[in-house]
Amino acid sequence: MNPPLLVAVLAAAQLLLALGIAFAFCRLLRGPRAHDRVLALDTLYVNAMLLILSFGIVWASRDFFEVALVIGALGFVSTAAAAKFLLRGEVIE
Amino acid sequence: MTTVAAVLVLAGALLAFLGSLGLLRMKTFFERVHPPTMGTTLGTALVLAGSMLYFSALESRLVLHEILIAVFMTVTTPVTYLLLGRAALRREHESAGEDSRRSGEGQH
Repeated sequence: MNPPLLVAVLAAAQLLLALGIAFAFCRLLRGPRAHDRVLALDTLYVNAMLLILSFGIVWASRDFFEVALVIGALGFVSTAAAAKFLLRGEVIE
Repeated sequence: MTTVAAVLVLAGALLAFLGSLGLLRMKTFFERVHPPTMGTTLGTALVLAGSMLYFSALESRLVLHEILIAVFMTVTTPVTYLLLGRAALRREHESAGEDSRRSGEGQH
């Protein structure tokens, strides 16, 4: 259904995004302190969101948009909560 | 038209990849904060533009609901990085103070 050139370019983009997720995961495991790990988790969320958007293009389905939106929202909430916890020692004061 | 969309997605993915590579390679935390912002701002914008272009070409009408994600990312990313930067600044400051107290190098 999609032309082969489109599929090849999108496969390259997905490979790059998967490598980005792998690098962020490396930093998540290595990161010397807790705020390094929170930053790596935020990057991982963004890369996963972009990967899911590209899957939506490959399969020509608009349902992936909602998935990406939910992942973006969850990434914001989890990173903000973790950063607030590191800053204050509790999430809701 | 769809090929242009795919090239936009590839450019966005390249930016996100370079951001993650910088996150892995940089030495200190305050250097590491900078590279992922490439992926979260321009990378996301390019991928979303490619997605909008592709679905508009596919359904031959304007499909613009990806703007929702773009607005959301634009609003939330500075908030999270501000909180995280403050937390990191305080934590690095506290640990530096502990180190200097432990080695007895000075009062401040």
